[in-house]
Amino acid sequence: MDERTRDKDVSLRERLASGGFAVTAEISPPRGASTQPITKTAANLKDWVDAVNVTDNQGSNVRLASWAGSLALLEAGLEPVMQMTCRDRNRIALQSDLLGAAALGIRNILVMTGDHPKFGDHPGAKPVFDLDSVQLLWALRTMRDQHVLLSGRKLDPAPDCFLGAVENPFAPPVEFRAGRLGKKVAAGAQFVQTQFVFDVPAFARWMAQVRDLGLTEHCAILAGVGAVRSVKALDYMQSHVPGVEVPDHIFQRLRAVPPEKQKAEGIKLAAEIVQQVAEIAGVAGVHLLVAGNEQAVPEILQNAGTPVIDGR
Amino acid sequence: MTAASPVPVHPRLGARVAYRLQQVLRPNAGYRWLAARIEGQGPARALFTVAERETKTQMFGCRMCGQCALPVTGYVCPMGCPKELRNGPCGGVGADGSCEVYPDRRCVWVEAYDRAAAAERAGDLLLLHHPIDHRRWGQSSWLNYWQGRDEDLWTSEPGTRT
Repeated sequence: MDERTRDKDVSLRERLASGGFAVTAEISPPRGASTQPITKTAANLKDWVDAVNVTDNQGSNVRLASWAGSLALLEAGLEPVMQMTCRDRNRIALQSDLLGAAALGIRNILVMTGDHPKFGDHPGAKPVFDLDSVQLLWALRTMRDQHVLLSGRKLDPAPDCFLGAVENPFAPPVEFRAGRLGKKVAAGAQFVQTQFVFDVPAFARWMAQVRDLGLTEHCAILAGVGAVRSVKALDYMQSHVPGVEVPDHIFQRLRAVPPEKQKAEGIKLAAEIVQQVAEIAGVAGVHLLVAGNEQAVPEILQNAGTPVIDGR
Repeated sequence: MTAASPVPVHPRLGARVAYRLQQVLRPNAGYRWLAARIEGQGPARALFTVAERETKTQMFGCRMCGQCALPVTGYVCPMGCPKELRNGPCGGVGADGSCEVYPDRRCVWVEAYDRAAAAERAGDLLLLHHPIDHRRWGQSSWLNYWQGRDEDLWTSEPGTRT
């Protein structure tokens, strides 16, 4: 990789504002009281991505807090994207967390509803969902821009943040998905990371609607791309990860290679999808959904070739 | 609130009838006067609230959040969503339109979209809903509605740049 073309001092916000192709990746914090695994992963990703998402107890499984993981990334010289779900905290805690994150220098906040506790390791937990993702985006934007809390009380100083959202272009009601993103953009989303894109034509149809609504003028779209490690992993994803539909042709393609070569095939497939989505008008970058498989990132990006590396 | 997560409910009342009722029940001076009278008398208010609860539970699986969103959700109650989402579906809806938490039930927002779109009211779903006030659980939303206290539940314009 030619690193001379890449300016490391450019933030995700600046990269997207300048029209550059952005790459983000996702890591999951450890189940334990140490940030060391995060620091280690960060070292491998440093030269490849603009920012790294730290999940917020993903799949409703308890992990090290997203803010702590984000802080560890900052200390390791990487820009974090702190994920924030509505599942575990009410409006008081959520607003407080944003203030804390901003004070620590965590700028990128990714807001999502969050998986239901039913799917995780504490299925008996109280599902909070006091706010939904649109309302949380709205609240955070108001804190930043109007310098007030949801209650109307003044903030001093107001947090500086770059607000992100997620969307699943493939889940029913499909006709409403672009409009739903429109609500998030209206509420304050400045960038969006999508669910896994396996079905590129379906993603392109959603992007056309997103462009028609004028959303790409206000919000950068990062397509979610994952590296599948095996047919077994694909099976698991299809049946256990809410909102993920894997088209038959992907299954067939992976089944056609022997088990020991499936991992390589998954990386090849991911690289192809990166190339394909990069060609779609309005796509501002990719979000690599590689939690637990972070070492695949350099290979995916290398295989994907110039659109990702050159000019970054 | 009950301990278990809310369950999506398929409304018994057709969207067409519901939208017609919406016209008839729109707030006006008469309803405002009536609501004020009912609110002024404890027993009348209690009776009215029970009647509302019974009717809306039968029709829509109402949970008495006290700040009714039905007029702009295709008359499908969003509080039946296990995540109580008031601004549209989560990303976990099954390919067949099923709820991720109760796979044998249809997602309330898939249902809402179908009913609203069939009545050419899909644009309603683009309105931005504010967070609800949890102090209002158990209250009559009809009285709140007629008294104009529900006016700030959602934006008046669809989700364009705010």
